[in-house]
Amino acid sequence: MAASALRALRGRLLWAAPPRVAPAPAPAPAPTPAAAAAAAAGPARGVGTAGPGPQEEEEEAAERPQFPGASAAFAERLRFIQPNVLAGIPVYRVMDRQGHVRCPDQDPQLPQELVLKLYKTMTLLNTMDRILYESQRQGRISFYMTNYGEEGTHVGSAAALDDTDLVFGQYREAAVGAAYAIKRANANQAVVCYFGEGAASEGDAHAGFNFAATLECPIVFFCRNNGYAISTPTSEQYRGDGIAARGPGYGLLSIRVDGNDVFAVYNATKEARRRAVAENQPFLIEAMTYRIGHHSTSDDSSAYRSVDEVSYWDKQDHPISRLRLYMQGRGWWDEEQEKSWRKSSRKKVMEAFEAAERKLKPSPQLLFSDVYREMPPHLRKQQAALARHLQQYGEHYPLERFEQ
Amino acid sequence: RSGGRGSQPRPAPAQRLAGAAEASRARGNVSPGSRTAAPGVAAAVGASPHLEWLGQTQKMNLFQSITSALDNALAKDPTAVIFGEDVAFGGVFRCTVGLRDKYGKDRVFNTPLCEQGIVGFGIGVAVAGATAIAEIQFADYIFPAFDQIVNEAAKYRYRSGDLFNCGSLTIRAPWGCVGHGALYHSQSPEAFFAHCPGIKIVIPRSPVQAKGLLLSCIEDKNPCIFFEPKILYRAAVEQVPVEPYNIPLSQAEVLQTGSDVTLVAWGTQVHVIKEVATMAQEKLGVSCEVIDLRTILPWDTETVCKSVVKTGRLLISHEAPLTGGFASEISSTVQEECFLNLEAPISRVCGYDTPFPHIFEPFYIPDKWKCYDALRKMINY
Repeated sequence: MAASALRALRGRLLWAAPPRVAPAPAPAPAPTPAAAAAAAAGPARGVGTAGPGPQEEEEEAAERPQFPGASAAFAERLRFIQPNVLAGIPVYRVMDRQGHVRCPDQDPQLPQELVLKLYKTMTLLNTMDRILYESQRQGRISFYMTNYGEEGTHVGSAAALDDTDLVFGQYREAAVGAAYAIKRANANQAVVCYFGEGAASEGDAHAGFNFAATLECPIVFFCRNNGYAISTPTSEQYRGDGIAARGPGYGLLSIRVDGNDVFAVYNATKEARRRAVAENQPFLIEAMTYRIGHHSTSDDSSAYRSVDEVSYWDKQDHPISRLRLYMQGRGWWDEEQEKSWRKSSRKKVMEAFEAAERKLKPSPQLLFSDVYREMPPHLRKQQAALARHLQQYGEHYPLERFEQ
Repeated sequence: RSGGRGSQPRPAPAQRLAGAAEASRARGNVSPGSRTAAPGVAAAVGASPHLEWLGQTQKMNLFQSITSALDNALAKDPTAVIFGEDVAFGGVFRCTVGLRDKYGKDRVFNTPLCEQGIVGFGIGVAVAGATAIAEIQFADYIFPAFDQIVNEAAKYRYRSGDLFNCGSLTIRAPWGCVGHGALYHSQSPEAFFAHCPGIKIVIPRSPVQAKGLLLSCIEDKNPCIFFEPKILYRAAVEQVPVEPYNIPLSQAEVLQTGSDVTLVAWGTQVHVIKEVATMAQEKLGVSCEVIDLRTILPWDTETVCKSVVKTGRLLISHEAPLTGGFASEISSTVQEECFLNLEAPISRVCGYDTPFPHIFEPFYIPDKWKCYDALRKMINY
């Protein structure tokens, strides 16, 4: 392929690593030879092609655009870049749906103890979800959100972090600020920030990505793309190639993974975390998964999606089943252990729930605490006013559920 | 340090300032004199006598006093960082000149053009335990960050039961009319934030006040917004101590005692009401008590109410529009606490309920003639 055409292609390439970072990370696939060559080549000529000599190089250098804002080559043909240049960023996985490892060199070779811990954590979460969802229906708690189908994204990524890493469950820009501060402190910590594909539409995400890249922060952005933001399907949330495709636009190294494959999630998070800290740069992981449950106890998803669709994911592609098949394949798990674990995990959750239920709620005096670090005079006055009010009208309030 | 103090132990700077203010009030002579810089605006000039014992002073205008405070803060606190649009080269109002060279590019740096990002990032820096000093280029641009300030910063400590906080966050922004700022370079948005429990809002009237109040905000363990009257950046000049010092938050200052009317304002408007007090004395023989509120949230109800109990009349003035402006909060509280002491309805002299106009600015602002007229009506009520 002519060097000029190759350069033109490179200029149009969307999702390869941004120019300043030379090597692409090992698990990231390069789907077409041209793209792979272009990604690996950087500013040099294409691999395996005869480029121009030194004199022509000089002439071409004079012909390059000098804009401070961008350093790509000129293009002489009017051509709009397609949103999905490579027909979508591929989904990295380690296991297939039957729990078989596809490429042995991608198996993280986690010790049995750790794999059992992954499984037990995912299933304990699942058990807790069932019990708490039911308890909301019974009026024992006010509100709950389940994690059905997404256990792999939570547990796989958490397992790849250090105990001292900072986890932000949302708050994308704040996560970046925290990452900047810990970078300055040389703390050898990473920040991980989780959010859904819906939250990725907020300006916060845009600000977070841009600041993380320009300020070179050790942060892993972890997007859980589960197909729905309450009732809004992804086709109404975005028109581009999901969230991973936005990363390179900000200068982020990005990857899309199978969120239902706990090892793929683990591998990507582990490597992203390592490099984020070592190189002080942000990473974006988009974990594809499916929200099997309703958005929350206030939602009935049968209003906007078919029961068949949900059933497919529950039965055919579930992170817990996939890991169980892997474990059974290695002789690390069987029906006996499954039955016994289900029983004991349920008991564990029930006991914790009942103990919590028996506790009194904190005193209403604490309504006024922690607004500021110290309680200012006007709040002390209001606190006293409430106390007086309750002395007189206390019978109309559920005081018996609260400490004095 | 000044000689002639004998062998008495030296009190801490904040106490010195408070003690000096008391003495100063007793003398009836508190703030520096005035020099008109723009119609209706007086600037503070000359030495504040009660700051002598804070050591060497230097002539500084408002933006220089801010730079001095920031310099002190970064010298003392190795975690402190300053960030925002264009702060690296020194800032559009020169408040950060020289700081990047002195403290390094990892401590004084530009951010992308994104106010929600600036504040959100600042929250994160503070949550991680470092001191975050965020600059919003104009208070008019603070609104994209409103959600971050109100829903995140203000509630961080409360919602986590004090497990986490962003108390080491300070947001600075140029504020108020400047003669030609029009809709988007003149706003005074303190009222929007006054309605938000969990943050503090501070507005200085002069270089000496600005440095001490800003240092207090930076050291305060709650997220603070510090509005800087941009019209005073160059116009206000004082002898300002070079060393750090603190002026307490949530303490209003009585600049001038009086017996007939209480005048309350903050920022630039303090200089207007000081002129009005002089006019009232000369033309009407009326004695005014002039109060600079300094902290909008939480505000010093005690000082204001004590004054109104004495005078029986209250006039509050601010550039921000009348409806829902912070004068309404003061008025409401004072009538609750001092109802029987009032000789006349409380008067608010404010901007009109319009966007801040461009060519009509001279007619819009609550100048000394409008304040004087309202005062006259109160006296004759």
